[in-house]
Amino acid sequence: MAIDRFPVEGSHILMFARSIGDSNPIYQDENYAQSSECGSIIAPPTFVQSSAQFDPNYFLRPKDGQKWFGSGGTASGTSNTSDEAKETDSKAGEKKSGGSAGGLHAEQHYTYHRHLKPGDILSAVNTPGDSWEKESKRAGVLKFNESITEYRDQNGELVITARSVGVVTEKVIEK
Amino acid sequence: MTLKKQELAIGDSYSELIVEDLTRTQIVQYAGASGDYNPVHTDEKFVTEVAGYPTVFAHGMLTMGMTGRMVTNYVGDGQLTYYGVRFVNQVWPGDTLTARAEIAAIREEEGGTVVDLTISTTNQDEKFVLTGNATARISEN
Repeated sequence: MAIDRFPVEGSHILMFARSIGDSNPIYQDENYAQSSECGSIIAPPTFVQSSAQFDPNYFLRPKDGQKWFGSGGTASGTSNTSDEAKETDSKAGEKKSGGSAGGLHAEQHYTYHRHLKPGDILSAVNTPGDSWEKESKRAGVLKFNESITEYRDQNGELVITARSVGVVTEKVIEK
Repeated sequence: MTLKKQELAIGDSYSELIVEDLTRTQIVQYAGASGDYNPVHTDEKFVTEVAGYPTVFAHGMLTMGMTGRMVTNYVGDGQLTYYGVRFVNQVWPGDTLTARAEIAAIREEEGGTVVDLTISTTNQDEKFVLTGNATARISEN
């Protein structure tokens, strides 16, 4: 994953804050924010995850002219029957992960060098980290993969370092 | 808003009910805002018939985001220097979650005084869904 340009905008921060149920005025009220210690609207701590919107190749977003693996007329838009869908999905490495498109999110860590504000224009570079395996009674063999993303601002300053760990499970986790 | 060193002690805790009866609509809202449109979170037909789960489930990042609200309500806006979590159990529609932070350390760091927090979020069955840590700047006095 590489992101060339992620413009941080007030309306996106507002929508993101609403989606996590956070009505804190620091995320939406300019007058309040200007008179606060922060001095301006800032983004919630996990907002930077929505950089996915600006990753041209992000695989969990439907794209113009490409088939989407979620349901349309059939359970999976990438095939006509459920059996075919399972086959297609397993080819994409999804069967082993319980069909969760490349696995589940196991860990997420953020180091903040400063907090984001509207007007920032970020770029991001992602590098792979460690890989390891673990045995689990509930989900069989777990395969973990780490990745590190460095977010820089319009001046090239490092603003957030993100460490993400994904896991691919052998079995579907029951409710 | 900033926490004051003199008013804090190791073991102090703060908690908030972060969501009551989580709705599928909120999961859709989070998908739209974050850009993670994985159908396992929003598409009942796909998730039951293809992926084999009993129903849709929340993005781990939605739980981290809602838990983050508890953290920033406690430490103040713009004070976090670190926030990291593990997703230990899935979160389902209908879940009611409570997030808790406990002071693990108060220490000096380059640039000032900080507090280390141990974080956990539990569901209505008192099962952990998220565990983690955060570090925030606090005022020296």
